[in-house]
Amino acid sequence: MTTADALYTVKVTINGQPHEVKVPARRTLVDMLRYDLDMTGTKETCSVGVCGACTVLIDGEIAASCITLAVQADGANITTIEGVANGETLHPLQQSFIDHGGFQCGICTSGQIVAAKSLLDSNPSPTEEQVKEWMMGNLCRCTGYYQIMESIMKASK
Amino acid sequence: MRDFIYHAPTTIAEALSLLEEHGEDARPIAGGTAMVNLMKQNMVLADHLVGLGKLPGLRGVSQRDGSLHIGALTRHREVELSPEVQAHSPLLAEAYSKVATVRVRNMATVGGGLTHADPAQDPPPTLMVLDAHVVLTSSRGTRELPVNDLFLDYYESALEPGELLTELVVPQATPGAKTVYLKFLPRTEDDYATVSVAALARVENGVCQEIRVALGAVGPTPIRATAVEAALQGQQVTPDAVRAAAEAVADQVDPLTDFRGSADYKRDMAVVFTRRALEQVLGL
Repeated sequence: MTTADALYTVKVTINGQPHEVKVPARRTLVDMLRYDLDMTGTKETCSVGVCGACTVLIDGEIAASCITLAVQADGANITTIEGVANGETLHPLQQSFIDHGGFQCGICTSGQIVAAKSLLDSNPSPTEEQVKEWMMGNLCRCTGYYQIMESIMKASK
Repeated sequence: MRDFIYHAPTTIAEALSLLEEHGEDARPIAGGTAMVNLMKQNMVLADHLVGLGKLPGLRGVSQRDGSLHIGALTRHREVELSPEVQAHSPLLAEAYSKVATVRVRNMATVGGGLTHADPAQDPPPTLMVLDAHVVLTSSRGTRELPVNDLFLDYYESALEPGELLTELVVPQATPGAKTVYLKFLPRTEDDYATVSVAALARVENGVCQEIRVALGAVGPTPIRATAVEAALQGQQVTPDAVRAAAEAVADQVDPLTDFRGSADYKRDMAVVFTRRALEQVLGL
């Protein structure tokens, strides 16, 4: 008989690498990334799926890892902020955030970059309106939105 | 979050049998946008979660007999972007596009959203004016239920224990009917509506031949504005008639005072947005 404190095996591919992790059912995906796999680039901020800081790609689509159970992600292909750069070479979006001051305290930045990368991957030349609509779910409590917009627009083609 | 046992059935029959076996102790979970939040806040204390993510055949949009058939595990984002939905019921594609953010719409499912029964959600009022119904499946068989009858109270749907919502069916609107969905958002674009109104109407020779109006965020459940409909059905469409009909919604709503506005304010806004919706669909 399975008990409530049982551990579950979650098999996922993260940034191209296969992982097999044993977690309790109540483990959220962001906690599995941070505590079980030591991938602390993904941040948890609001914990209710509103702020976008914990954004990762699940099977290619942006998702909130704070309201996804790790067991729900079994079998999924996940991309985190750690998978955005190519080795030591920063992704153009990361470089653009540095060049244009796209972050202040930095807590929201991983989520901003993962979300923006997902947009540019499917639409390399978005309009400002399209960027605003896509990014409205990524909050910056330092209110550095102008620089974030500039960073994304300058990284687009 | 408390500990619980997680089940990952791979057939609908297995999922139904788990829900039946564990009864009130089990809850289904699909996208998780509602359920994980409820569990984090201990508002749902389930000993068993039945994960629906691996069930086959419940995701996607098709057309049969002129109606859209939308599988319960179809994501909000997929409904919004579906060329079939956009061509068949553009009102529905628009309503799903208004829900929260892209990130939430990628996760939240059609069935999960409807059974969550939050009265402020965007799709239900549009589904009510489109005369949509849902298919509910249990180990005893299936039954159909109009979306009008799906909501009982705050966060309470008409599903019986052991039942799953498996499909949403949306008939084609009468040719010539106009539709609109108005979402009043005084705070941020990703918010729940302060008041929302969906309307469908068909006018011939200045007479209102068909009218359906539904509101969200104005009480324990989304509602059909039957008093508004009765005031207009079969009547000449005039600005005075529309103004008077919109006033009738004030007695049908029962809003809560919260950070989106006082009950009195929401009642006033229900009248204002009902009038604006009527003006659009009646061609005034």
